[in-house]
Amino acid sequence: MNPTVTTKAKGFPLPSSLKVVTGTEGAQAAYPYYMQFSKEDDERFWFYNSMHFPEPMSVFDMITAEAAYCALGSANTRVHCLPTTLGIDYRVMNGRVYIGGNGVTDPAEIAKRTEEFKRRAFYYYGNWERLFAQWKDKMMGLIREAEALPKLELPEFEPLEHVHAGRGIASNHYILETYQKTLEGYFRMWHHHFEFLLLGYGAYLTFFDFCKKAFPEISDQTVARMVAGIEAEIFRPDDELRRLAKCAIDLGVDGQFRDGVPANEIIRSLQKLGEPGAAWLKELAISRDPWFNINVGDGFYHYHRSWNDDLSMPFAALPGYIANAKKGERLERQTDKLMAERHQLIADYRELLETDEERAAYDQMIELAHRVFPYVEGHKFYCEHWYTNLFFNKIREFGALLSQHGFFPETEDVFHLSHYELESAIVDLMTSWSNGSAPRGTARWPEIVRERKAAIAEWAKHETAPALGPVPDIIDDPAIVMLWGITRESLDAWLKAGEEPDSDEIRGFAASSGVVEGVARVVKSAEEIGRLRHGDILVCQVTNPSWAPVFQKIAAAVSDIGGSMSHAAIVAREYGLPAVVGTGTATHRIKDGQRIRVDGGRGIVTLLR
Amino acid sequence: MPSSEIIGWFADIGLSDRPTVGGKGGSLGELTRANIPVPPGFVVRTAAFERFLEALEKVEPVRAKVEVLRADDLDKILALSQEMRARFERVPLPDDLNSEILAAYTELCGTDSNPPLAVRSSATTEDAADASFAGLQDTYLWTIGAQATLRCIRSCWASLYSAASISYRRKHGLPEGGVAMGVVVQGMVNAEKAGVMFTRSPLTGDRSVVTIEGAWGLGSAVVSGEVTPDRFVIGKITGEISVREISDKHVQHLPAPGGGVGEAETPEELRRVPCLSDAEITRLRDIARKVERHYGRPQDIEWAIDYAGEIRLLQSRPETVWSSKERAPVAKPADDPLQHVMKIFGGRR
Repeated sequence: MNPTVTTKAKGFPLPSSLKVVTGTEGAQAAYPYYMQFSKEDDERFWFYNSMHFPEPMSVFDMITAEAAYCALGSANTRVHCLPTTLGIDYRVMNGRVYIGGNGVTDPAEIAKRTEEFKRRAFYYYGNWERLFAQWKDKMMGLIREAEALPKLELPEFEPLEHVHAGRGIASNHYILETYQKTLEGYFRMWHHHFEFLLLGYGAYLTFFDFCKKAFPEISDQTVARMVAGIEAEIFRPDDELRRLAKCAIDLGVDGQFRDGVPANEIIRSLQKLGEPGAAWLKELAISRDPWFNINVGDGFYHYHRSWNDDLSMPFAALPGYIANAKKGERLERQTDKLMAERHQLIADYRELLETDEERAAYDQMIELAHRVFPYVEGHKFYCEHWYTNLFFNKIREFGALLSQHGFFPETEDVFHLSHYELESAIVDLMTSWSNGSAPRGTARWPEIVRERKAAIAEWAKHETAPALGPVPDIIDDPAIVMLWGITRESLDAWLKAGEEPDSDEIRGFAASSGVVEGVARVVKSAEEIGRLRHGDILVCQVTNPSWAPVFQKIAAAVSDIGGSMSHAAIVAREYGLPAVVGTGTATHRIKDGQRIRVDGGRGIVTLLR
Repeated sequence: MPSSEIIGWFADIGLSDRPTVGGKGGSLGELTRANIPVPPGFVVRTAAFERFLEALEKVEPVRAKVEVLRADDLDKILALSQEMRARFERVPLPDDLNSEILAAYTELCGTDSNPPLAVRSSATTEDAADASFAGLQDTYLWTIGAQATLRCIRSCWASLYSAASISYRRKHGLPEGGVAMGVVVQGMVNAEKAGVMFTRSPLTGDRSVVTIEGAWGLGSAVVSGEVTPDRFVIGKITGEISVREISDKHVQHLPAPGGGVGEAETPEELRRVPCLSDAEITRLRDIARKVERHYGRPQDIEWAIDYAGEIRLLQSRPETVWSSKERAPVAKPADDPLQHVMKIFGGRR
């Protein structure tokens, strides 16, 4: 063991000191061996990736980490050859995903990688628009392939036309093939996801770094406002809701949308209304394909369903939008105005620079940031939302098939098998269908699924350490800094938070200015969004684009995770709400119903008595 | 009455008139002409000082007596300073000078009978290389009545011969022949709150923020350092208020009965209350931006807000601390703009 680890006065617990929650040992062992902590891991720094994995992960859902880190690592290590960083290692303990970066420190190695990086990354920057257009084609192709995957069928007898056509391959083979194609597509999607991402963040951070040096007191959010896109696709689902609200008024069917009425009841009452109701439902259908392919999470949990699969989220937002429109508020986002404000902001800061030389450098950097940003903002809709929904829904079809054959009681139980175990169950079923015996899995899986579900519920009750292992002297891994906002300063703040639990202040990133006092509503998962009442302050671990509709009714937002470019920050600025993000501890320290003050300009949340 | 060789109304003068109106007078004229609110007033130009000095020199030398002093001979400097102050008070103003200043006074007062005025030294050396020299001359606040105003003008002139001023000039070998002073006579702001502001951060030099310091009462308490002011930082462009440090403002300067300024304890209920509202901070920022744009460089500004909520500027001068610092450019344009990303990807910075 590295001696500096044990002598450090300040540090996080070692991985080896983490204990599996009693009674969940079997569930912990279900994760593949390469995700389990080992003794050697004590020598490295790890942090809990609560941004992407804020809740305990079921064993199947770990595929979202596995595929993502495989692709992230290959983009960094082998494709673009980032000079100072390789990929990211991950481990899982009590359902919590810890990650750690692999840095490059040998100067000769850095020099070698720098040469490679310039040949690769610079080519991407230089041909960004063309490669990005090509990316969209590839991504749409992948989506169409996933949509075209066949339905799963194991008929009693092979259809006669297959026999007469001499297909020569029976249906059970296609079950396995479809499963493998489903996995293959999902792993491929993540490669597309990371094709541009780090390069995009890097170009943004280059401009950010310049601004922080030229204007030491500039807020993160101001730099973000100079770069953020205005017509990014990720805003479209929310825009579609506003459009549907306006349609409802224009068609005179707005009276059907009332708080608390379930979506299916509203749809039934619209169907009874004849022509205007049908016209609105037609508009709904237009919005749904593709814009309701947005899920209520960030694409890492099977149970974060899409708006298309569960209309309750979008329908819950409609009464509010309709009321606002009737009050005379303009519903469309005023993109011209936002664009003009952005231009003005850029010009005003430019004017304050000391020399023409600095202005020329500023122009170069912001041009690059603007070039890359459409990807940084736009990819999520295609990857984490649209494609991910297709993927989980396909897995659900396997769940339905296996549950039909008695492997486990519920369709959703399929997500408590690892992707390896699921393949074995599929082969078991194929075999049974082919030879006429009963499947073996019916005796095996129900008990295992029960045990694992109980473990997830148990793990959710336990808090986990924000970080593990020795604190690095400096965090120089651009991926870690860019994606998670983790710096030496933020780690010190985490350590300090542990020492001073009595302070009534919580600090985070100042994401959107303004000061508001109100009642905190601590929302720990997307299912609890319905508890938010008008004027509440949203306190959550992390928000994502599908949460946008809730911003119309809240007074302020506070999150555990996220930087100035996080979703909560962007949307809060659009709605003009105070927001403090990246507090690390807000959902633990703030009690539901407690009065708090949010100072979004200073990044401080104060607990009131 | 129009401006003349003796009197310069703010509307008629600007920075380029500094040799005849002094730095403070030139700046107030410049602000007036740029439509930035300053209390109305005029400058008694350096020609008036020269005329008075002539009258003094006719009786007995002035400049020659200073020029023979050694910078380290404090006793002699003190003695001469006392002698000069007495002579500046005793010798009558030439009649035409007296009546021209009185006419300007009357015009400034308008229909008000004896409004409170500020009489402020406006040295020609002010704002020059060493700004600290500016602090060596006198300012008389809340002056009431024509005779008191005339007396204060003489006192301002006499302050050129204060022990501190003389020893400063002797130490730096400044020629006595070049010593002259304008005197600003202007309306007094009955300030509910006042202070200073910088169109950049004094801490980091950041030009994208305005730093405002203020306290209750007249600004003299802040400028002299007798009270710890509240401190606010507002984005010059964004208008976001990022710092609000509220201090215990235990004392304030207030007009004294019968003229002048007195010190009083701040009422308990105001001591720890922010002296500025967000709206006032924003209005100050707007004015600061306008002034900086007008001058084309960062400014150091004195401001006051009266009980009706009107903002007036009392002074604006170029910020000197950060502006004189040599600083390497944050970045230079690159032949290949992509090289910039190596700052992020290229390793430990």
